[in-house]
This record gives sequence, structure tokens and C-alpha cells, in this order.
Amino acid sequence: MGLLRKIRDTGRVAEPAPPPPGGEMPAAARELGGSAQVRCVDAGSCNGCEIEIGMAFNPVYDAERYGARLVASPRHADVLLVTGPVTRNMAAPLKATVAAAAEPRLVVAVGDCALGCGEFTGGYGLASETGAVEDLVRVDVRIPGCPPEPAAIIAGLRQVTGR
Amino acid sequence: MLSGFGVVTLVAQVLLVVAGAPLLTGVMRQVRAYLEGRAGAGVLQPWRDVRKLLRKEPITPTGTGPAFRAAPLVLVATGLLVAALVPLAGTVSPAASHGDLIVVVALLALGTVTLALAGLDTGTAFGGMGASREMTIAALVEPTILLSVLALSMPSGSTSLAAIVTGRIDEPARLASPSSLLALVALAVVTLAEAGRLPVDNPSTHLELTMVHEAMVLEYAGPDLALIELGAQLRLTVLLGLLATLAVPWGIATTTSWPALLLALVLLTIKVTALGAGLAAAEVSWAKVRLFRVPELLAGSFLLALLAVTASYFLSGA
Amino acid sequence: MNTISTALAVSGAGALTGAAAGLGLPARIRSWIAGALTAVVGAAGLAAGASALTGRTWSASFPSLLPLAGVRLRVDALSGLFMAVAGAVVVAVAVYGIGYARGGHGPVASRPAQAVLPLFAATLVLVPAASSVSTFLLLWELMALTSLLLVLVEHAERSTVRSAGIWYAVMTHLGLVLLLTGLALFAAKAGGESFDALRAGAHLLSPTVRGLVFVLCFAAFASKAGAVPLHAWLPRAHPEAPSQVSALMSAAMVNLGVYGTVRVGFDLLGAGSRWWWLTVLVTGAASAVYGILQATLATDLKRLLAYSTCENLGLVFVGVGAAGLFHAGGDPALAGLALAAALLHVVNHAGFKALGFTAAGSVLRATGERNLDRLGGLRAKMPATASLFALAALGAVALPPGNGFVSEWLLLQSLIHGLAVPGLTTAIVLPLAVAAIALSAGLAAAAFVKALGVGFFARPRSPQATGATESPALMLTGMGLLAAACAALALVPGVLADPLARAVAASRLTGIPPLTGGELRLRLTDTSAAYAPLWLAAALVVSLVLAGAGQRAWRRRSRRRAAKLWDCGGGQPTPRMAYTATSFAEPLQRVFDDVLAPEQDVNVTHVRESIYLVERVRYTNRVPDRIEHRLYTPLLALFAEVGSRARRLAAGSVHVYLGYGFVGVVALLGVLTVLK
Repeated sequence: MGLLRKIRDTGRVAEPAPPPPGGEMPAAARELGGSAQVRCVDAGSCNGCEIEIGMAFNPVYDAERYGARLVASPRHADVLLVTGPVTRNMAAPLKATVAAAAEPRLVVAVGDCALGCGEFTGGYGLASETGAVEDLVRVDVRIPGCPPEPAAIIAGLRQVTGR
Repeated sequence: MLSGFGVVTLVAQVLLVVAGAPLLTGVMRQVRAYLEGRAGAGVLQPWRDVRKLLRKEPITPTGTGPAFRAAPLVLVATGLLVAALVPLAGTVSPAASHGDLIVVVALLALGTVTLALAGLDTGTAFGGMGASREMTIAALVEPTILLSVLALSMPSGSTSLAAIVTGRIDEPARLASPSSLLALVALAVVTLAEAGRLPVDNPSTHLELTMVHEAMVLEYAGPDLALIELGAQLRLTVLLGLLATLAVPWGIATTTSWPALLLALVLLTIKVTALGAGLAAAEVSWAKVRLFRVPELLAGSFLLALLAVTASYFLSGA
Repeated sequence: MNTISTALAVSGAGALTGAAAGLGLPARIRSWIAGALTAVVGAAGLAAGASALTGRTWSASFPSLLPLAGVRLRVDALSGLFMAVAGAVVVAVAVYGIGYARGGHGPVASRPAQAVLPLFAATLVLVPAASSVSTFLLLWELMALTSLLLVLVEHAERSTVRSAGIWYAVMTHLGLVLLLTGLALFAAKAGGESFDALRAGAHLLSPTVRGLVFVLCFAAFASKAGAVPLHAWLPRAHPEAPSQVSALMSAAMVNLGVYGTVRVGFDLLGAGSRWWWLTVLVTGAASAVYGILQATLATDLKRLLAYSTCENLGLVFVGVGAAGLFHAGGDPALAGLALAAALLHVVNHAGFKALGFTAAGSVLRATGERNLDRLGGLRAKMPATASLFALAALGAVALPPGNGFVSEWLLLQSLIHGLAVPGLTTAIVLPLAVAAIALSAGLAAAAFVKALGVGFFARPRSPQATGATESPALMLTGMGLLAAACAALALVPGVLADPLARAVAASRLTGIPPLTGGELRLRLTDTSAAYAPLWLAAALVVSLVLAGAGQRAWRRRSRRRAAKLWDCGGGQPTPRMAYTATSFAEPLQRVFDDVLAPEQDVNVTHVRESIYLVERVRYTNRVPDRIEHRLYTPLLALFAEVGSRARRLAAGSVHVYLGYGFVGVVALLGVLTVLK
């Protein structure tokens, strides 16, 4: 009963949906038709971006309302949410993960590190000079920020789902 | 006999189940979203997911064989067949006389077995783990299901679903008998286990340690995954439909009247939606139990089913 | 001369020529000729049985064939059913056996093995034809001896064969002693040893003696059928015998335990009282659950199949017991249905179990492995064998559209309707029996998913499995015959409705036909339930086509891409990471921990420098047969103890032995003087 009362008292916590972010929809995203299964790949992040991604799927931001859903296997995924500068150890797994997903698939680089302009640029353990994701795999959507706000992550995902 | 009305009933009922299965999942997710304070993706989202998966590229992981390829088809086919065999909309159906409640239960088990074989066929640790857990649960579910079948078929003296449903409509007292209630509760518990819902399995888990169904299908992608998801949704729908048919049989067309059929289809939608929404609401407050606590839950439901049978024996005035 | 007598004569002649051929011919053609003659024995048995199932009977007496008692034979529909099953299995297995022994080397192609095989086949066909106590016991013992010799064929290869042989020899002869006592008691009280005399004289026995006769005979028959707790020989002997012998034993020989129970219990003793059949039913239910539980945990493919035999014969005994209970409860129609279900399950089990054992034999021949943990990936190397085993597994898991489902469906129907039979016993026992059947069906699904999924699917887990090759054509032909039989039984069981009714009638239980066959379905005569296997199979195909067509119509990309298995990015998963049979069964082992009492041992070896660093972890897991452990071990220990005490009497001195003789004679004379 306590839970029911809590549910009634809390009501809806999701914030009203901001207007669609606009911007050009990546070609592969058009085929998805408003549904995007998301697999997160941590290629060497400090976990800041992961926390923000977690926030993006919480009730307040509710990324699921735009048709995005987290899944357990890249085989099920349309979108690979890559965070962090790509480290040497994660270079091969990242490529394997992208290859494991079925076409059409998109790679979303989340955070400055993944874009090659973050805190760790030039570090010794990186797979490339900058550690940018696009040095290894094709990137369709970029979400800058260190870390990017949940709203920014959602805006990126909405570009993919088109909702 | 192959009457036009029966064929229409059959086709309408199967089409409704197929079209409605993803929508039911959508409704359940939406209910859950409301209760969690979220906005939710809309009831159409599962259909969008299926459409998208069908458009994606099919993948054959190396080292998998025919069982892996066939399992999605078998899963959907058994779901379709069960949807045809259960008198969800009307008892006058050409399929109803070809199989009974035991056949329905066995067909659902056939789907489970095929999927477990597909999980083992991949040769990955997750596939085997999922298959092993699924078969453990399936083995323990079986006695409860058949005892409930026994309890429900005793008053009408037949395991034929049409006979059971007709009997329950004609004699509403059977619905409220302790035996019937106990059997339905037992059946409801095993329905959760069969459909892979909380508290036995969490359909939205991403944690390998807690996966059952999800672990078996980790290798599927694209159109195959679409069939797997559709198959799982079909299973849930027909199981809830079966439960609704047995618990509240009113409205099911027992004669060859077109308005009655239409009403039956509308009522079926309402009944299953209400049942699904109720399940989703209940699931919000449940946690998944540990795998090795599941047998306790199932043993409890077995006891209920056994009580149902003995109750029906002793209360029928023997 | 009618069909039956001709066929039986052919069968006997075939067996003798086959034995002679096996002994006399050179290795190159030995297995061909002996195998072909064995197939003739089987075909003749099948013909005789089929003829009897159409309603013909035949009886004959050969007083001069055996000293003192003579030989009496009679074939009715009940014997015909068992003869036909045994004959059909023998034909397929004989064809398979020619391929198995081809090349003329290996113990199974040896002179003794090839000579005994046709004889064993003939006894399987002839035991149901016996119609006097002496003939029956003679054939029964011949069957036991020939099968024992065949079990021991590979004794030089593995020491386990010898131990299995000893277990089998002892238990089958204890069974013989019980049977001999029971039937001799029966014959003495009934005033004649022919079955006709027994039938006529059964009412002369007091209820206690009748009960005693039944218990003695049932114990022997149950032991032959591998029912708990007299099953201990079965999971030892069946796996250790050469595979075609395992198939014959598991698919044909164990059935005769059921035949004996039905013949003696229903036909000769006239159904008797309620507690007999309650015993049968409870024994059956216990065997079903215990057998399949052990099968679920077995890692040896043939042991798994052997325990599954315990399960299926248990289910048959549930049906037989239920038939007796219903008869005692005054519902002969339902009794007939239960017995028909049980007999149909005998037929179905024979089909899928023979197929399972022959497929396991092919695997054994190709890899030298029976351990599921070390198999895997065989569907790529032996596609035909794998699909045939899949068909056997489909029958064994009792799911539609397999053949096992048909008879389990009938059995469940008879039990469900049985609750209408008045009596507290039925009200308590039947729901539990239904639950036992359901649990065994569920566990069977787990066991055979394991056998097929771990043994044949995934990737090879040992070099032996990697190097496997498909079996020769003759073996596949033999298995193909069995597969065709399984498919026919699964799709058109309705054709067996009338033969089953005749077999039930021949058991003198009831004359009411329990089933109607027509229109491709099995329908109970007195109720509305029906199961249409052919319709269901067709509907399943249509649904599959619909699902496939729907998928095809919607999809945009048709080219399938081959991709590496998803490895979580951590390098290719090796076959060692795949689930093995042991790991697959682990959750069930934990759930049934209290029943099974598995022995687990984890040994951690630490590095010498620090106890925090582990050098090696060794895990051993063993699931002993608990009944055997609890029941047989103390008994054997007791015997050993008594034996070693008794040895003191044998001091080795002739004086002492003469003394024993003297004391013995004096004691006997003393007793005689007192008694006179």
C-alpha cells in the first residue's frame, strides 16, 4: 500500500518533451522508423559519461519515450553508444562490437573524449593519437560535452529515432 | 465440419492475437511507465521494434546450425497454433475439436524446448546458461499445469477447451467453486513462469546473472530476433487469453451468430488488456526472485493445484 | 498351417541357422549372413504378431519337444502386440547391426556374439508365445542368458562390462527365482501348468495365495522392466552392451516385463484386488520420476537413455496399475483405455528408444565417446545421425508432433477421467500420478534437450568429436526404418486403435473397445476429447510456412551475413566455454539436492608461498544412484559379512567335513523320528 500511495503522490516526474532537436537525420537512421535499441560501449571512459547516460534513461529525462531502449547484446542493437577515448585494449573489442551489430547500425560518440578532444587526448594508452572513436569506426552522431548533459544525449538519440 | 462461421472465427481470433500481441506488450510497458512517473514510448513501440528488426540484416553466427535457424519460426508457429486452438473468441471453430488443453500446454512446451535447443546450438556460455535455466523452470512448471488442467476439466468431464468453456458459461457456479479458483491461481503463477515474467524472469534485464530467456536469444539479430520477440509476445498473449477465457468466459461466442462473434472479439481485447495492465501494475512492486527460490514458488503453486483437485473431489459430494 | 505358425517356424529356423552361420562362417561374411537371418527372425515375428493383431489366434502343443513338460505355444492379440513390437525392433536393429559389425573386426563381429544374436532375437519374439509355465520359464531364461552373453561381448575392452554383467546375471536370476516360485505355487494350487489350466484354476486360490503369486511375479517382471527399486542392473547393463544389443534390450526385452505383468495379473489371475494395482501404479510412478531424474543428471549418453527406459516403463506401469484400479473400481471401459494407453506407450517407447540407442551407437562408433561432456558439434559431422537422434528425442520428450506424446496424452486422459471412478484411493492416487507423469515429462524435456543440445549441437569439445564421420549406409538404413516407424506412430496412431482393442480384449480385462481410430485421429469412445496428430502436424507446418512467409514479406535485406559468435569483445569463445552436460544439469541437481544427494568435492591447492594465491582448483561431482547406495550397498555388505563368517565352517579338513555330514544325517533322522 505504501508503494501505491507513493506512486499516487509522486505522479508524473518526466519533464515535458523539449521540441525535436532538428538537425540532419543520418541515412541509416531513416530505416529504423522510430525505434532504436541501444548498446553502450565503454571504450575507456572515466565513467562520467556513463553516469549521464544512466540519467538520460531515468524517469525525469525518460529517453525511452523517444523510442530508445537499452539492450544486452550488440546483436540486438541498432545504436552503439560509445564513450571515452578508445584505449589500446578496447580498440579491437570496439571494432568487434560494431561488426557484431546488424545493418543498419549507427555509432554515436558520446563525450569530448570519444570525439578526440577530451581530457585524455595524447595520452599514452590510447589506440590513436587523439583516442577519437572515428579513428577506428565510422561515427554517425556526435554528442560533445565533458560530460554531456542528459538532455544533450537525448537530443543525439532523438536524431536517430526521429521522434 | 468446416462452416464459414467457424473459419471466420478462427481467422479473426488468430489475426487479433497476432496484431494485438505487440500492442499488449506496449500497453504493459506504458502502464509500467506511468507508474514509474515516466512518459513511456507509446503502445505502438513494440510494433515499431518488430518492423525495424524485420528490416535489418539477418545474421548467422558461425558454428550455429539448423536448430538456431528454425527456432524463431517454431516459436511463432506454436504461438499461432495455440492462438487457433484456444477458443478465445468462439467455441464454434474448426480447430477446437482437433486438440485439447493438454495439446495446448504441450505446444507451448515445444516452443520452450526449441528455443532452449537454439540456445545450446550457439555453443556460447550464455546460450547454455539460459537453456539450462529455462528447462529447469519448464520441468518444474509442468506438474502444476497438468494438475490445474485436471482440476478444471473435472466438472465438464473433458479436457476439450470448448467443452470446459461452454460448461463454465452454462453453469456459472463452477467459476466460483473453490477448486476452480485454486486451479486458476495455480495456473496464473505458472503463466508468469511460462511467459518469463517477474518474479521468475525479468524480461527487461540486461544483467547476465539474472537472465533466463534473454540469455538464450543473445545471438539473434534482425528478422530472426523480430520473430523471437513476436513469439514471446504471442506466448504471453495466448497465456493471458487462456487465463481470461477460463476465469471470465462470458462473452465468448458459443453459437454461430455474427454480432456475438464481434462482441466476443471486443470483449477478448478488453479482458486481455485488463489482465495485462493488472500484471504490469503488479510487476512494479515485485522483484525477481533468486533462481533457486523459483522452485519454492512453483512448489507453492503445485500445492494449490493439488488442493484444487482434491477440493473438487471432496466438494463434488463423493 | 496358418500365417502365425509358418512365421513362428521361420523365426525358429532362422534363429538356429543364424546361430550356426555365426559360429561356422568366416569373419568376412559372418555378420552379413547372421545379420540377415536375424532380420528374418524379426520379420517373421512381426508377421506373426501382426497376424495375431488382426484377430487370429493359434495354439499348439509339442509334448515331445521337451522332456517331462513339453512345449505349449499360444498366440493371441496380446502376445501378438509384443511379438510385433519385438519383431519390428529386431528387423531394424539387425540391419543396423550388419553395418555396425561390418569389416568383421571388433568383439561384436566375433563368432560367439554373431551366433548368440539371432538366438536372443528369437527368444524376444517367442517369449510372448509361451503358454505354459515351463515353456515360459524356459524361454525367459534363454532370453536372460543370451542377453547376458551379449552384454559381456566387450568384456575385454572395459572392466565396467564385467561388473555390469555380474549385476545383470545376479539380478536376472534372482528375478527368475521369484518368478519360478510364484508360477510354481500358482501351478501347484491351480492344478496344471498350462496357461489354460492356470486361467481355469485361478479361482481355486485363496486371496492370500493369489496376492503372493502376484507379488512374486510382479517383482520379477518389474525387475526385468527396470522398475525402481529393482532397476539397479539396467543403467549398468544397457550402456555397457554393444549398441544394437542395448537397443534390443531397451526397446524389446524390457517390454516383456510389462507383458508378464499383464498376462499373469489380468489374464491368468483375473485382475485380482485393488492393492495389487496400487502397488504397480506406485512402483511405476516412482520409477518414472526417479528414472528420468537420474537421466537428467547423467553425462553418459547411453546411461541417460537407459534411465529414460526406467522412466518410460514406469509410465507404462502407471497405465497398467490404473487399468487394474479402474477394473477393481468397476469401470471396465476406463480400465481398457488405461491399458490401451499403456500398451501404446510400449509400442512408442520401443520405436524411439531403439532409434535413440542405435543413434548413440553410431556416435560411439564414430567417436569412441559416450560422455556428453566430450561430444558436441556432431550435427555438422554426422547430420543424418543427428537428425535421427532428434526424432528419437522428440518422441522421448512427449511433445507433439512426436510419437511419445500420443500415448502420454491417452494415459493422461485415462487418469483424468479415472477420477470419476468412486473410491478414496483413486481420489488420492490419481492426481499424484498425473503430477508424476507431468514431472517426468518436464524432466524428460530437460534430459533430451541436454542430450541433443550438448551432445549433437554447439561445437566439438574433444578431438574425437572433431574427427567424427557419418555412419555407413546400412546403419542409417536400420535407423531409417525405426524413424519411419516413429513417424507413422506419431502421425497415424489411429490405425492401432483396433489392434489395441483386441490386445486389451485378449487380456480378459474388458471387451469394450476403448478407442476409435478413424478419420486420422484418436478419439475416446465415451468422451469428447480427441487428438488429431495428422491435423496438428499439418497445422504446425502451415503455421511455420505462415511465419516464414510473413518474415520474408516484410524484410528488406535477404542476404544473410555470417558473423563471429558474440564474444563480449573478449576473444573467440572456445568450445571449453560452452555449457557441458554437467553444467546444464546443475540447477536441477541443486533443486533435487535432497532426493539425489550428489557428492561434490572442491579441492583447492594453494601456491606454496602464500595461502592467498591459488595454484589449482579441482572440482569433482558425482551423482550416485541413491537407491542403489541406500538399498543395495548394505545388502551386499550383509551378504559379504555372512559369507566371510560362513567361510570359517570350511576349515579345509576332511575330518571336519565328514563330521558335518554325520551331524547332518543324524539331525535329519532325528527330525524324521519326531515328525513320524
